[in-house]
Amino acid sequence: MFTRYTAALAALLLVSAAPFAQAADKPTDPQIAHIAYTAGVLDIEAAKQALEKSKTKEVVDFAKDMERDHEAVNKQALDLVKKLKVKPEDNATSQALTKAAKEERAKLAKLQGAAFDKAYIENEVAYHKQVNGALETLLIPSASNAELKSLLETGLKIFQGHEQHAEHVAGMLK
Amino acid sequence: MNAIALHRLLWLAVPGLVLATLPAAAATIQVTIDKLVFSPATVEAKVGDTIEWVNKDVIAHTATVKGSWEVMIPPKKSASLTLKAAGAVDYFCRFHPNMKGHLDVSP
Repeated sequence: MFTRYTAALAALLLVSAAPFAQAADKPTDPQIAHIAYTAGVLDIEAAKQALEKSKTKEVVDFAKDMERDHEAVNKQALDLVKKLKVKPEDNATSQALTKAAKEERAKLAKLQGAAFDKAYIENEVAYHKQVNGALETLLIPSASNAELKSLLETGLKIFQGHEQHAEHVAGMLK
Repeated sequence: MNAIALHRLLWLAVPGLVLATLPAAAATIQVTIDKLVFSPATVEAKVGDTIEWVNKDVIAHTATVKGSWEVMIPPKKSASLTLKAAGAVDYFCRFHPNMKGHLDVSP
């Protein structure tokens, strides 16, 4: 079952480089927990890079908001998996997300000043859009544990807020 | 409105003196924030009343009126604002602009 999911995902990656599978089998709760946590960690890493590189107040403030919110949500996620005795399980989606984020970080590392700010914020809009789409269409519908589902739903609202916030900052940079 | 009432009203407009001078006149109205929702979303209040936002979320929020005031509400904490001006205002959370609230403030 999981092989088919991974194979479908790998096929999808080849064409679109989108880390989330839309069809194929549903991810399990341990996989969903891993994906959600990984998505948070990757945005914290992106924020840390922005905090090192950017000197623009709006961008620095936004990065601090991302770091703070995703750390708080991931702490909640860790508390929940501990309580539910669920062991997050690494999977192709988490790996694809991590790989894409690493490539984005390398791309951003070469940019400076306004070019960096613009690329970072635009990627934040795109990244949150992508993760929110996956939460809505794949992760939330696939989650079987009610508490995990509820945490993902709250996470979705938070990240939709981030997406709007990022769009607002992107508008200010223009 | 008689002269005394008018006089009181003027005092209510002065920040900081509200609770000290006329504790009975002003109310505190609670707005709960839970899972990124301001509840109640619309509040009717009077100038001099205090809005107290109670944040039940693990993340920080703000109540922000564009071009005017902003209140920061830390995670699992409360924060207050005494209303100084009459009028209807829309507010939102600057960190999560999908969160929206409304205040109708009468004189």
